[in-house]
Amino acid sequence: MKNISLIKEYSKGVWKNNPVFIQVLGMCPTLAVTVSAINGIAMALATTFVLLFSSIIISSIRKIIPAQVRIAAYILIIATFVTIVDLVMKAQFPELSKALGPYIPLIVVNCLILGRQEAFSSKNGVLRSALDALGMGTGFLIALFSLGGIREILGNRTILGLQIMPDFFEPWLIMILPAGAFLTLGLLMAYLNSLAIKTKKKEKALLVSKFIIAKNKFKIEAEI
Amino acid sequence: MSETISATNAKLEIARSPHVHSHWSTKQAMWLVIIALIPSVISSLLFFGISQLLIILVSVSFAVATETIIKTIRKQPISISDGSVIITGILLALILPPNFSLVSTAIGAVVAVGIGKEVFGGLGFNIFNPALVGRAFLQAAFPVNITTWTKPSFTDAVSSATPLSLMKFDNKFESLNSLFIGNTGGSLGETSAIAILIGAIFLLATGVINYRVPLAMILSAVIFGGIFWLINPLHFPNPLFHLLAGGFLFGAIFMATDWVTSPLYSRGMWIYGIAISLVVILIRLFGGLPEGVMYSILLLNGFVPLINKYTKPHIFGEEK
Repeated sequence: MKNISLIKEYSKGVWKNNPVFIQVLGMCPTLAVTVSAINGIAMALATTFVLLFSSIIISSIRKIIPAQVRIAAYILIIATFVTIVDLVMKAQFPELSKALGPYIPLIVVNCLILGRQEAFSSKNGVLRSALDALGMGTGFLIALFSLGGIREILGNRTILGLQIMPDFFEPWLIMILPAGAFLTLGLLMAYLNSLAIKTKKKEKALLVSKFIIAKNKFKIEAEI
Repeated sequence: MSETISATNAKLEIARSPHVHSHWSTKQAMWLVIIALIPSVISSLLFFGISQLLIILVSVSFAVATETIIKTIRKQPISISDGSVIITGILLALILPPNFSLVSTAIGAVVAVGIGKEVFGGLGFNIFNPALVGRAFLQAAFPVNITTWTKPSFTDAVSSATPLSLMKFDNKFESLNSLFIGNTGGSLGETSAIAILIGAIFLLATGVINYRVPLAMILSAVIFGGIFWLINPLHFPNPLFHLLAGGFLFGAIFMATDWVTSPLYSRGMWIYGIAISLVVILIRLFGGLPEGVMYSILLLNGFVPLINKYTKPHIFGEEK
């Protein structure tokens, strides 16, 4: 476990273990709030904040949390940070807070956060936990931004509030309805999976060719 | 299905069950369906003008193009010649309103073939009727355009209400005569009952479709519609109106009988047809939308695997 480099600890959440596309965690905020790119970014940043700080706290006190009540303890710590985010957003960005509605308080029960605490922070040191949390947050941000961006472009002609599609393009209303979220997520996942399968095949072919070369070398050496 | 287990094949191929044997190969049956659709195509051109041919052409060509592109990317044999994708294109065009935007028609065709069919693996694997998936997508994406109906006219387009929305929102009933011939507002291919019936007789006579699903739908629509009509004849339309208005007949003949998405066993077909009609009548009389054939067929498509599971006939001698 400990022989993974620190950079990999961060980067695995961005791509290989992307919380949305690969682990399929946190579907509730992913599908519900991504009607626009800005909503996606705000949601992802709020989640990353909560994830980072609860990971730091939980990994630093992981040895004194009794195993029997660990989930309750995690939830308590997570809820503290969610309350902070909720209050700050209400005070500083009231419009965004209104747009995200109940989904900010619902970060408490986001399985992405609880899952990382249970699977990672409770077993690893503070630095690694913080890097893992940041990586997962980045992956979440990428996923939510791409979903929100695609839905906003097709459903509203704009991205981040700027109109980029011409006026004659008729907005696809379905994209800002829940059905659009499912369609976009499904198609994105299918595309990324096909990419992953392709790279795996390439790696396999590379390994096989290396093996054959090594075998031939061995044969030649043996003959000599 | 009969193709894959034919003895003339050098390699012995074992197809997956059910090994239902039919008189026609898939390819022949699909072309027969296309022939059966010709009267509806002609009636749509007659009532809504020759320019509607463009909608049909755009729909078919984008459907075929989508299939070709996806099959090429996935390195599968291109199967345009089996005609199923052409049927999807024609069916989609015929359930769109007259003078519908061509760009949106193209989007609908791409979605119908791409998401309705190819995502599941192509012909034979799709759960939902592809043309209806395309229509449902368009309904959700462009709700205003798709409910803008033009009156049948040879000179200029006048927007009008469909018989079903007149029934629903104004409590007026269109005469059954014009519903039968098709001289009324509605989707391209669904207004003319007589054209659909010609196609239906052709399909039943050639044995491409089974009589059970359409018959179950029609009988139960008469019964369910009749019950409400007897309760209050002034407020609810008579059962014949339910049969002739909107997409009911078109759905019963061309959509609900789709080989891939309808039940396999006789008992299941009756259950499927009755359930579709029940949902249609409920949506029409009490739902928020004037028409519900599309949603009810799609809904029951989802139930087909379950219906198949529970209506599978017992093999003789099999213990329960």
